[in-house]
Amino acid sequence: MSDLIFLINTALMYATPLILVALGGLLTEKSGIINIALEGLMTFGAFIATLIALKLNRIDLAILGSMLSGAILSLLHAFASIHLKGNQVVSGMAINFLGPGLSLFLCRIFFEGSSMTPSVPSEFKIPNILGQNLTVYLAFFITFLLWFIFEKTVVGLRIRSIGENPEAARSLGINPIKYQYACTLVGGALAGLGGASLSIAIVSNFRPTLVSGQGFIALAAVIFGKWRPIGTLFACLFFGLSQGFVIFVGGNEFLQQYFSIPAPLLALLPYVLTLFILIKFSGKSAAPLALGKSVN
Amino acid sequence: MSNTDKRSPLLIKFFSSNIASLIFSLFLGLFFGALSLKLAGISPAEAAIAMIKGAFSRPHYLAYILIRSTPLILTGLSVAFAFKTGLFNIGSEGQFIVGATTAALLGISLHFPFWIQIPFILTVSSTVAGIYGGIAGFLKAKYQIHEVISTIMLNWIALYFTNYLIFIPSFRRPNTETTEFINPTSSIELFSKWKESPEGMNWLSAHPFWESFLRPPVNGGIFLAIFAAIIIYFVIRKTTFGFKLIAVGKNPDAATYAGINAKIKLIQSMAISGGLAGLAGACHVLGVSKNIALLASFEGYGLDGIAVSLIGANHPLGVILSAFFLGTLKYSGQKLQSTLQAPSEIINIMIGLVILFISVPKIAHAIFQMILSFKNSLEKKI
Repeated sequence: MSDLIFLINTALMYATPLILVALGGLLTEKSGIINIALEGLMTFGAFIATLIALKLNRIDLAILGSMLSGAILSLLHAFASIHLKGNQVVSGMAINFLGPGLSLFLCRIFFEGSSMTPSVPSEFKIPNILGQNLTVYLAFFITFLLWFIFEKTVVGLRIRSIGENPEAARSLGINPIKYQYACTLVGGALAGLGGASLSIAIVSNFRPTLVSGQGFIALAAVIFGKWRPIGTLFACLFFGLSQGFVIFVGGNEFLQQYFSIPAPLLALLPYVLTLFILIKFSGKSAAPLALGKSVN
Repeated sequence: MSNTDKRSPLLIKFFSSNIASLIFSLFLGLFFGALSLKLAGISPAEAAIAMIKGAFSRPHYLAYILIRSTPLILTGLSVAFAFKTGLFNIGSEGQFIVGATTAALLGISLHFPFWIQIPFILTVSSTVAGIYGGIAGFLKAKYQIHEVISTIMLNWIALYFTNYLIFIPSFRRPNTETTEFINPTSSIELFSKWKESPEGMNWLSAHPFWESFLRPPVNGGIFLAIFAAIIIYFVIRKTTFGFKLIAVGKNPDAATYAGINAKIKLIQSMAISGGLAGLAGACHVLGVSKNIALLASFEGYGLDGIAVSLIGANHPLGVILSAFFLGTLKYSGQKLQSTLQAPSEIINIMIGLVILFISVPKIAHAIFQMILSFKNSLEKKI
């Protein structure tokens, strides 16, 4: 029983940042804007949250700051790709250089040239409620919220219609540009929050290797989850669970005695599994039809 | 528009050209980079001097820039080549690792004379990396799995598999997290034996420029990289194979209708792209690092390759120039840290900004238009 709880806890721990970041990506992409920038947004959010928690000693401001920083960085992506009709993959890639670049630049300026921040005291970290970080509940709640918005509200219908066919949406009096801006900014805020859920909840500082590729995994989860909130949630949970499994098997003396799989081989298991599941469930792409196309 | 028409058409033609946009993007990127330094309380002028001195004032600095630029040219080519077929190869990182690991393992275990050893290792390493890249192409052709997602997974698989191989007893250097060094016959470092021989040392002490230039591990990789760029240029421009790849990239349906097997072309394109990234990894091991170490996270060769390709406009010769540009920036950026205690990450900010401006087509023209309309509105008010 305790093994099961351990497995679930590790799975949730790994999955939570991924869920938040992936939902941010999902929201942006639903409106027709490619969001390859998740890695950069997540890194920047993770850093700003740590910075505020350490310098202002306020957890509420730290969370808010991480969201705001993600939104501000996304504004560059939005301006280049929506306003100036730039190539969305390229401008997203630019954010992947800017996010980590800015984070480490500011880190060295605020923390005496160090590329790592000191530890955030536990009272200024994201609070733990009933054995789980607040962000865990938030991740599930936001998944539900996005599902509700897309399936049950007019706003959600409009966002989806813009992602599928912006010209048709415009002919019905909807302003695609406005919605695309809103989705990209809120999506960026969610990605920033995902970063905070890593830096000031799971660990307690920012370091250059903290995010290392998780933003890209979140991007994969959006595609894997077929651009649906619930699907994306399960993709992230699957990923978290397979990571939990790796740690569980790696740390279990009984299993190690019989299998003794080297740690690196165990570690690559989640990625191999993901590829196989993708093959199994391959089929027509579920991407919004107008994804990546500029709107006039 | 009517306003611009009255002006010299040559000026407008220049401002709407791609070259002007590239120059503008570079200029704006460097400008905003300088501004960020200024905001952080560091003098941009001092930083520029420190970087220029740090890049060009000593012969061995130049040598280090060449060494830095070699993998950038090859990974940049890798990304650019896949782009030509409409594929976004984020997997250069993993393919680089596969090439590097193969080269290290062969370099340790084989004992042929160097003229067999080196070509053999380079060929096998890039072939293995090519097959690895081809997997992503195959998954796309057969199962419609997006290459971005498959290459992300393949990158991690390559990283952890390498970490596994490093700990195999016959490769591992005892009590370290690295492998043994490759045999001297596998090395592509130039004059490495001669540098340590008595006559070599004598000659070098009489020629201070070369003494300094050859101090770093200057290696044959740079010739290989430039040669690869020229070959790729000819493949893309002058062969039917290249023409077919581009046709598939522009419109796979039309290409299929014209009798091109688009699926095979996807796999071939990813395989060649992977081979180039693998060659970068192999050159790095045989020329510079001489062994491989445990990887805690990605080293960013793939990401840098994407930057090189984008700044080089996906053109093989543009890739060479942009690789030297980024190589110089990255190397001289380190000097900011040591001389001014200024964060070297400013380089990544600049690269990000340049790419951001590059994402906007005809940015020079757009800015030109913006300035014109601003001027017009001012004139109206007056």
